[in-house]
Amino acid sequence: MSIWLELIVSALLLIGCTFALIGAIGLFRLQDFFMRLHGPTKSTTLGVGSIIVASMIFFSSRAEGLSFHELLITLFLFITAPVSAHMLARSAMQQKVKLVERTRGTPWE
Amino acid sequence: MTSRWLPHPLLTLFLTVVWVLLTNSLSVGSWLMGAFLGWGIPLLCQDFLLKTPRLRRPALLLRYMLVVLYDIVAANLNVARLVLGPPKNLRPAFVEVPMEIEDEFVLTLLACVVSLTPGTVSSGLSADHKTLLLHGLDVDDSEQMIAQVKNRYEAPLMEIFECSRT
Repeated sequence: MSIWLELIVSALLLIGCTFALIGAIGLFRLQDFFMRLHGPTKSTTLGVGSIIVASMIFFSSRAEGLSFHELLITLFLFITAPVSAHMLARSAMQQKVKLVERTRGTPWE
Repeated sequence: MTSRWLPHPLLTLFLTVVWVLLTNSLSVGSWLMGAFLGWGIPLLCQDFLLKTPRLRRPALLLRYMLVVLYDIVAANLNVARLVLGPPKNLRPAFVEVPMEIEDEFVLTLLACVVSLTPGTVSSGLSADHKTLLLHGLDVDDSEQMIAQVKNRYEAPLMEIFECSRT
């Protein structure tokens, strides 16, 4: 594997890890349940995305030929992440989870 | 296009591609197996599959996917910035967006897209399917947000799929 490919793969891995970390920090720092939902639905998609692209480049550059099954991870993530976030939000509204006071608008029952 | 033996041609194509990706080889065997599964699964499950509206503008769908992909990346950067900034400055809000789409499948698609894109998570759909409740992480102006969801994500979907307005 050439040094350039190694550099690209390493850079992508670092970017991916950074976004995954930011997602985790969001989960910790934000103030109420609904705000915390934004961390895992957004920041992690790009994190996982970069790691997947890195994996595709790494395995494709070796002798075994092209490797594309990582794309499925993205597909399943895009299908499942919004659905689970939606269900979590709905159950939180039914439980009447406490909101930050400055939240505008009202959640439904 | 649809017939008794091939009820969902697009689903068949999709399942075939998923199978080929899963086996991670482009050999004739995996294509054949994929085609068999792609043909058999929709046939066995056709009674409980949602009725999907006809795809009217495939080219527009491709463009829409690119826009959404770009927005996902933008959303990631945006949320990262908001998360790392001081949490006191965030202005969270619940916003009700009136929906014009009636079809269940397209509504699901829209709710997913909205959840994946900048600063919003869909958190409820009214029983009559006419209002979508969104939670925004940092909402400046809720009117503007409603307009963005309607123009950027809802309007193209209505053009892509054949579906009636309410």
